[in-house]
Parts: sequence; structure tokens; C-alpha cells
Amino acid sequence: MAFRTACLRPTLMRKGKNMLEALHFTFFRNALLAGALVSIACGIIGTFIIVNRLVFLSGGIAHAAYGGIGIAYFLKQDPVLGAVLFSLISAFGMGTVVRKTRERADTIIGVMWAIGMALGIIFLDFSPGYKADLMSYLFGSILAVPASDLLFMVVLDSIILLTVILLYKGLVAISFDEEFATVENVPVNTLFFILFALIALTVVITMRLVGLIMVIALLTIPPAIAGIYFKDLKKMMVVASLLGILFSTCGLFLSYFFNLTSGATIILISGIAYGLAQAGKSLSNRRKTLFKAR
Amino acid sequence: MKEKRSQAPLIQTKRLWAGYDAEPVLEDVNLEVLPGDFIGLIGPNGGGKTTLLKVIMGLLEPSRGKVHVMGKTPQQGRCHIGYVPQQVALDRDFPISVWDVVKMGLLGCRGILQKTRSEDDELIMESLRQVDIVNLRNRPIGDLSVGQRQRVYIARALATRPLILLLDEPTASIDPLASQSIYELLHTLNETMTIVMVSHNMDAVSSHVKSIGCINRKLYYHGTKEITDEMVNAIYNCPIDLIAHGVPHRVLAPHAHEEREKHA
Repeated sequence: MAFRTACLRPTLMRKGKNMLEALHFTFFRNALLAGALVSIACGIIGTFIIVNRLVFLSGGIAHAAYGGIGIAYFLKQDPVLGAVLFSLISAFGMGTVVRKTRERADTIIGVMWAIGMALGIIFLDFSPGYKADLMSYLFGSILAVPASDLLFMVVLDSIILLTVILLYKGLVAISFDEEFATVENVPVNTLFFILFALIALTVVITMRLVGLIMVIALLTIPPAIAGIYFKDLKKMMVVASLLGILFSTCGLFLSYFFNLTSGATIILISGIAYGLAQAGKSLSNRRKTLFKAR
Repeated sequence: MKEKRSQAPLIQTKRLWAGYDAEPVLEDVNLEVLPGDFIGLIGPNGGGKTTLLKVIMGLLEPSRGKVHVMGKTPQQGRCHIGYVPQQVALDRDFPISVWDVVKMGLLGCRGILQKTRSEDDELIMESLRQVDIVNLRNRPIGDLSVGQRQRVYIARALATRPLILLLDEPTASIDPLASQSIYELLHTLNETMTIVMVSHNMDAVSSHVKSIGCINRKLYYHGTKEITDEMVNAIYNCPIDLIAHGVPHRVLAPHAHEEREKHA
């Protein structure tokens, strides 16, 4: 990312920057749009990740995806394609582990997480040539989102929205009470694997925005904040998506004005908001108990 | 009781063995649940109570023997079962309203792609009314007490329009007063449906059910409310309640009968 911001700096360092001026740049408008598109996917899928306690699995998928990026580079293919394939494979692998072995699933996910990452690095070692671009997969490269990526995000968002709308009842049922859903003859396993696949795809597009290292934050923080105030899945998804859009927009403007790495800025803003939301919750809880005591 | 023996059993297990990782938890279990039954199965933790329910619902394959629900395999027959799981297994903070939880009962073997029907709301309402929690319908389940939540899960099971209600420790961690009202509710429900529940709390179970069985790897059930010496020996190391509250009190058939008369 250091390289990347350095390249962008000459345009960014000009004096008298204002918001309107920032919007004149195609790359900035693309970045805002990408942030919004990613936030919608994260809001919906992140909510499922939180209620199903799949945060660690999602982190694992994100990191293992690096293996796909490395292999794609080695084979001179599109790294995004490699990331998609690899995250899908690792999602199914880790998903199987979570579904089959009740104990120590986290250990196995941790191992797969590291192996995926290591594979990527080794394959990159074997690939000749300049690899600076790879940093953007680690830390995000939202300020350099090409139009083709935007299209990819629109397509993925549509897939995610359609699938969730169509399978909503079933997805909620398996998330809330898997056993009951099984007794009701809901196809629990199939639905779980559809969910894992959606997580994998969301992880890949989120990676473009904040980088694979920080994917978990954007997937979990907005729905976590929404979950503090809304005890309804649909509301949580909508609010989480809006929060994500708010955080990514604020983060992008801040990173533009202060020449900061965009992904990290977005995550820090989200993190601060989460801290405030938690503090607000414990304050109101205290007030409630005081009220009850009286 | 006697004339019922000729009816076809709703649930039937024959020489059933089941367990996890080749370690049998259930050995040679033979159970017949007949229409109108209200069976309480008691036994120690790890005695196979939940395992038996799981096998009946097709959540666990038996290692030997047969299970039939409504004369079919558990996978086909379980549509007719309303399942009320043990509460500890569920996430209390799950962001969902009482209404939406009960609505899950409507999934009942119709497929998840089915559209919501117009009479669905009425069915949910009816289920909520039966367990007397209509006023709680818009509350998130996380806000409810354990006893209220248990009613929600019973309502969800009722929304499946079951012939059989299976309950796993329905009064675990519920205070005695709320337990009492749940048992009274089950008593009413038993007028129209068959009930099987498992519990480690023998004292509470024995005064409400029509028949009692003991389960500790093996099942001791004779379709009556008597607890025989054989049963007591089999579960000797388990029922703290039994020992604490005095063995003869509710255990012998005549006493138990009197108890019921008193309660009725």
C-alpha cells in the first residue's frame, strides 16, 4: 500500500482540498461506490456471520484466499479469480470441518488459515517479476478500483441479495436452531454450504476495499453495532449496511484529506464507532438497573 | 390404558442401540408410544434421554435396531413431531422476535421456498394463544424470562400442528412456580396430543404424567406410573430428587394415583 499511496500522493497533496474537489476524481467516485457496494454485502452476510459465530471461519477464508492469489500470479492469471476460487474451496473445507467435527474446529481452521497464506507467499516466490501490487490484497486498494471491479461487485451484491431473499426463512431457521430446522426437514447442510459460499464471495470483494487482513472488521463491526440496538435480523442487515456505507465514506474522505491508507482509516472509524456503541449500551444498561432498583 | 394397547403406536423403537463413536449410550431400547400417552422419561445425565429423542427425530442414526414414527422412518415421520429442545442449546441473544420464532414452526415439512399463506398469521396467533403469550409476540426473545421462553418454544412446536410433542427437559432452570404452570399447560395440551418428555427431575415429572419410564442406557418402561425396584436399581446412582424427596412418596402406584386425584 505504501507504494500505492505514494503513487497517488502527487494528486492528493495539492493544497485547498475540499469535498467537492475530491468528487471530481473518477478514482474517488469509484472508491465511494465500491465502499457502498461492499458495505451492502458485508451488512447482510456479516449479520449471518455474527449470529452463527462464524467470525473466525471468515477470517480463515480471507487469509487462505491469499493462496489463490499467489497461485494465480504464478500461472499468470487474474488474481481476483484465484482469490474467488481459493476462498470458495477454503470455505467448503473449513465449513466441512465446522459441520463435522464439533470439537477443535478452531484449531483446524487456524491451520488451514496459515497454510493458505503460506502457499500464496511460496508461489509468489516462484513467480518472477515485480509484485508490488500484491500489497493491495493485504491492505486494500480501494483508491485504485477499476470499473471492471465495480461491475464484479454489483454482480456479487445481486447474487447475495437474491439468494438471501429467496432462502431467508431457511437461513434464519438454520442460524437460530439447526436441530429444529432438521426436524422440520429443512435442507440444513445445503443451506449452510450456500451460506459459506456467500461468505467466501463477500470476503473476496471486501478484500478489495480494506485488504484481507482487515476483512473481519468490516464484516463484523457494522452488524455488531446494529445488533446492540436492533433485535431483528432484517433490521440488523439494513442498519449494518447503512453503517458500513457511512464508515467507508467517512474513512475515504479522511484518508483523502490526510493522506492515510484508506482501508485502515475505514476500520479505525468503524472500531471507534463500535467502542462508542458498546459504551452507550453499558451506560443505558446501568441506567436501566438503577431505574429498576428504584 | 388397556384398550389403547390395540392401537397402532405413534412411535416405536425395537431393540434399539445408539451412541456416539461406537460407545453405546442406549442399549436394547424398546418403546411404544400410543395415542394419548403422556410419558415422562427420567434418568441421570448421560443416561441417554436426549440421545433417545435424537434417534426418534432422525438426528442420530441408530447403530442397531429400528425406529418408526407414525409407521415410517424418522425422517419421513418427524413432520408429525413438535420438538421442544433443551433451552441451554439455544442462543438467548439471537436477534429475533417471539413471533418470528413461532413462525419457524410453519416451515413444517412444506419446504423453505413456499410462500407465506394467508392463514399462517392466524395459525401463529392460535399457537401463541394456546401457551398464553400473545402479549409477548413482538418482544425479542432475549428479553424474556426462561419460563416465558419455554412457552415460546412450545408455541413454535404447536405451530407445526404436531400429533406428538417431544420435550427435552422442559423445566430445567425454571423456577418451581413457572414449572408448575408449564406442566399444567402440558396437561391441557395432552387432551389433544400425545406427549413424551424427558427430565432428570423426577419429583416434578411424576405428579403430572400418565406414565413413567426410567432410562439409564436401558429403558425401563411398562406403560404405567409405577416405578419398580428394577427401575430404582437401574438408576440408583442418578435420581438425587428421588432420594432427596424420599423414595416412597410419589413412586408407588397407589400414592401416585392419589396425587393425581388431588391435583385434578
